[in-house]
Amino acid sequence: MEITFEHVTHSYDVNSPTANLGLDDVTLKIKNGLFTAIIGQTGSGKSTLVRHINALLKPTSGTITIGDRVITSDTNNKNLKPLRKQIGMVFQFPESQLFEETVEKDIMFGPMNFGATETEAREAARTVIKLVGLDESYLTQSPFDLSGGQMRRVAIAGVLASDPETIILDEPTAGLDPVGRKEIMSLFKDLQVKGKTIILITHNMDDVANYADAMAVIHRGKLIAQGFPKEVFNNQELLKNDLITLPKSAEFAKGLMQQGFHFDKLPITIDELGTEIKHQLNGD
Amino acid sequence: MPGDSIIYRLDPRGKFLLTFYFVGIVFLANNVASYAFLLAFVLFAVYLSKINFGFFIKGLQPIFWLILFTVALQLFFTPSNHPIWHWGFLTFSKEGMVIAAYIFIRFVLIIFISTLLTLTTTPIEISDSIESILKPLKKINFPVTQVALMLSIALRFVPLLVDETTKIMDAQRARGVDFGEGGLIKRIKSFVPILIPLFVSSFSIAYDLAIAMESRGYKDGEGRSKYRVLNWSKRDNFMILFMTVLTIILLFLRSY
Repeated sequence: MEITFEHVTHSYDVNSPTANLGLDDVTLKIKNGLFTAIIGQTGSGKSTLVRHINALLKPTSGTITIGDRVITSDTNNKNLKPLRKQIGMVFQFPESQLFEETVEKDIMFGPMNFGATETEAREAARTVIKLVGLDESYLTQSPFDLSGGQMRRVAIAGVLASDPETIILDEPTAGLDPVGRKEIMSLFKDLQVKGKTIILITHNMDDVANYADAMAVIHRGKLIAQGFPKEVFNNQELLKNDLITLPKSAEFAKGLMQQGFHFDKLPITIDELGTEIKHQLNGD
Repeated sequence: MPGDSIIYRLDPRGKFLLTFYFVGIVFLANNVASYAFLLAFVLFAVYLSKINFGFFIKGLQPIFWLILFTVALQLFFTPSNHPIWHWGFLTFSKEGMVIAAYIFIRFVLIIFISTLLTLTTTPIEISDSIESILKPLKKINFPVTQVALMLSIALRFVPLLVDETTKIMDAQRARGVDFGEGGLIKRIKSFVPILIPLFVSSFSIAYDLAIAMESRGYKDGEGRSKYRVLNWSKRDNFMILFMTVLTIILLFLRSY
């Protein structure tokens, strides 16, 4: 399911003097089956952008095409369920969406809303709880008795349970410890390898370098760059204007360049960096 | 609403008390002259505030149905010896029309004057003035500072809770909840997934706030200095004088 933004503009509070542009003429294609990262400063419009994909927000002008669904400013609020079933969305601090008595019921909430039977939903809960790294014994507990990290996993499970084709993640690892962060990111990478489309909003450039196949940079509501992470992180224009920061490996490589190393393109992952250094030390 | 005019610059305590006072004396008006006089005063105050008149009309909107209902009640249920039109228990008469018109003007006056207060005074100024007005109650051990603090915190929580609600609604919508669809029971049920997370997060925000305040050394009671100091000026004295004159004229018009 390909997602296309065409000249999408979104303005908050259209009829008030405080109207401001959340998105300004964004044209963007998110390819099917890829892991796409969206980066940009706080308040740049990343969250506004992704909320358009499942029609939580509608554009002020322009169109968004998701598979065969077209969303414009006058799209009706009814009949959005099929779209929302296909697009799973993990919000920032998703643990705030938990409300049921047990973890199982909370995970079943999504699938049941989308028309699954109770048996199917229960089966889905059993599958996804393991996927997020918890075991079945958690299903009978109250979500409010869990730790913050466990609540996060349950909330993510609640989104995955509806088996969406596309999963949107709005800083899913904010506030998690490094191990938890790595586990969660690997989970999403695995899901992508199995055929899902992943869209990740993040401030962590290492996550972009390590997991994403494509990236888009949003600045003040405008799309200012898109492409392969390796290309974008080597875009001198963006770096010069401080519009992006580099992953650690690229930062390290930049330091090495002052010590006489030479990189045609900055390596962005540790593996790439290691290979390059080995290569150059061996004197080829 | 941000702005600057003589009404904005009045001391919030004076504005707060005088608004209540005015709402009280609205009920003194009993004939065309007195209502016209009060209406002229309110319109003059609105003019002085330099705020777009549209905002005041908007203030009427939320209670539009209440006004309509009350006016209709007066129109059709005022007993009269000379009804223009009569059907069962419904009576339509000249007296009814007059009373309905009075009621309508009364609503407009009260809404306009309170809209004027809320538009030209920030919520924090209002809570400060309540604290200042309640100060004498300290003598009978009424916890004035705590009540004022509760008020300001409650006000501070409003935008926070609005944000939180939007966020939670979005999250549940993404999980397939359709608000405003289906029968009444289904609609009420669809609010459970919002209310519970909202309660949980309010409690945790409140808890964090309490910890943050204590760790910055907050302690209620004596000797706390004020960041915002209220200044009573000549303007405010003049305002009181003006209101007194207004009352006297009103009393005169009333018996006229």
